[in-house]
Amino acid sequence: MGLETKPLSTLHEKSSYDVADFPVPTGREEEWRFTPLSRLKGLHNGTAAVTGGVVVDVEAAPEVRVETVGRDDARLGRAYTPADRVSAQAYSSFEKATVVTVPKMTAASRPTVITLRGSGAGAAAYGHILVSVEPMAEAVLVLDHRGSAVYADNVEFDVAEGATLKVVSLQDWDDDAVHVSHHHARLGKDATFRSFVVTLGGDLVRLSPSVSYTAPGGDADLTGLYFVDEGQHLEHRLLVDHSVPNCRSNVTYKGALQGDGAHAVWIGDVIIRAEAEGTDTYELNRNLILTDGARADSVPNLEILTGEVAGAGHASASGRLDDEHIFYLQARGIPFDEARRLVIHGFFAQLLEKIEVPEIRERVLSAVEAELAR
Amino acid sequence: MSTLEIRDLHVAVGDKEILRGVDLTVRSGETHAIMGPNGSGKSTLAYAVAGHPKYTVTSGTVLLDGEDLLEMSVDERARAGLFLAMQYPVEVPGVSVSNFLRSAITAVRGEAPKLRDFAKELKSGMDALSIDPAFAQRNTNEGFSGGEKKRHEILQLELLKPKIAVLDETDSGLDVDALRVVSEGINRFRASGDTGVLLITHYTRILRYVKPDFVHVFAGGRVVEEGGPELADKLENEGYEAYVRDARKADTAKAASA
Repeated sequence: MGLETKPLSTLHEKSSYDVADFPVPTGREEEWRFTPLSRLKGLHNGTAAVTGGVVVDVEAAPEVRVETVGRDDARLGRAYTPADRVSAQAYSSFEKATVVTVPKMTAASRPTVITLRGSGAGAAAYGHILVSVEPMAEAVLVLDHRGSAVYADNVEFDVAEGATLKVVSLQDWDDDAVHVSHHHARLGKDATFRSFVVTLGGDLVRLSPSVSYTAPGGDADLTGLYFVDEGQHLEHRLLVDHSVPNCRSNVTYKGALQGDGAHAVWIGDVIIRAEAEGTDTYELNRNLILTDGARADSVPNLEILTGEVAGAGHASASGRLDDEHIFYLQARGIPFDEARRLVIHGFFAQLLEKIEVPEIRERVLSAVEAELAR
Repeated sequence: MSTLEIRDLHVAVGDKEILRGVDLTVRSGETHAIMGPNGSGKSTLAYAVAGHPKYTVTSGTVLLDGEDLLEMSVDERARAGLFLAMQYPVEVPGVSVSNFLRSAITAVRGEAPKLRDFAKELKSGMDALSIDPAFAQRNTNEGFSGGEKKRHEILQLELLKPKIAVLDETDSGLDVDALRVVSEGINRFRASGDTGVLLITHYTRILRYVKPDFVHVFAGGRVVEEGGPELADKLENEGYEAYVRDARKADTAKAASA
């Protein structure tokens, strides 16, 4: 590489709308090596039989416009280009897309809830959602995934200049569901994006939230909480691509694992490109391993291609419950099970406070309680 | 009327024997000071009695009102009426002081206090120890200064009202003002006369505020001398050197004869 050449990122190499541009993964590729392909039910190699089976239901705030559109709608695929084989498969296979628009200068008076309900894990379904938040508008969106399905989809969050979007995505699938999803947020000048991902249910969930910036001042905060039980594979792959100056990103994902074969994967990629001076970014992943036989893979990658950053850091830690915490609580008379519950609850507490929709916070809280009672 | 009875207690950490035959009896209404140099096994005694998993009791007995504490789990010991104020109170992230104390009180008393009563009790307890009420919403011990942690330990002591309290170097790291506040808390706790205190300390300073009935000198993992409060004055003037030397001599003699 000569002095004239700017270094290029290695973390985000390829994107295309065409499935053929991505070879069928073998499991040896960096981006697929943690995912058990045999449990993807053919989503990755074109053998999944498409019959639909995921019903999309939108309960919108009165200020928000909701449309169901065909594949040819020109607005689709502008904010995001698929970055892997399953994403491209979903993009070229969905029949109807849901478009949610928050008009310019409008603050939605209540959350817009999109419920995606699967009716069976027998056949595959593909989907697409576009959420467009126009300049200076504000909205809260909930994506609520329930039931049973083999489902691949792409969700585009297009957040325009000065706009704010807060998203809660709840993966509360039945035990046999398979879900592979990309959530991409494209942030305009001074746009604010808050994402809160909660993944609890499903046999295999692979969710890839990513963020890109089109102008300075963008601010993204990505938070995640997962609870992995026996036999579950829950994978979160984050990518924040800082390509313009003076933007901010913060990633915090925490998970607890229990039971044989419980597997959590967290990949945290952050690119600070040569142009992205003044970037401020931090990413953190913590895993609490509650029993033997559970496994957490946690890989933070920070690729910095400029010398002028405001802040850049990452941290990753996976460990057991701290015996000293439990001892302290027990020494005050609190029985072991209750002490354990308090400590795990405490591990998630700061994250839960960030969920701004009270009903969702309560639901997540009781779901976590239910996991602990298992 | 309660009695904590420690008989011929031997405790090891890994392969290393730390306590080598401790005998001690603490009754309600009594305050015992255990004094000794660093590394003499004072804290080991405290943690072993409380049931910390790091410490293995190799022989001996510990009875509280005739019940075998060593057969009990850590929380059962606490519910039986034992309290350990720790030298280094543990930070528990995400668990608020208020939530922690309410859980502890519920466990020890066997029923949840009414929210109103609890709030009142907590407030007056915190007032008495000059603890900022905002601490109730903070995470347990997280970011507390040394003095704040110790006050918080004494707050728990006063709220949980155990039969026997073991205070492990509660005075260490406190400035004079904090020492006074903490000592007042211990004295309030003692005032009922129904409780026994085992005060573990390196220094005589706290004994000016909390008067002991008995003083035990600890060296080499056992009690090497016992007496009344006057023994503390002797230690203040002469230090521990003579005891440490004697303990070492005894060890050498034992090793030679073995």
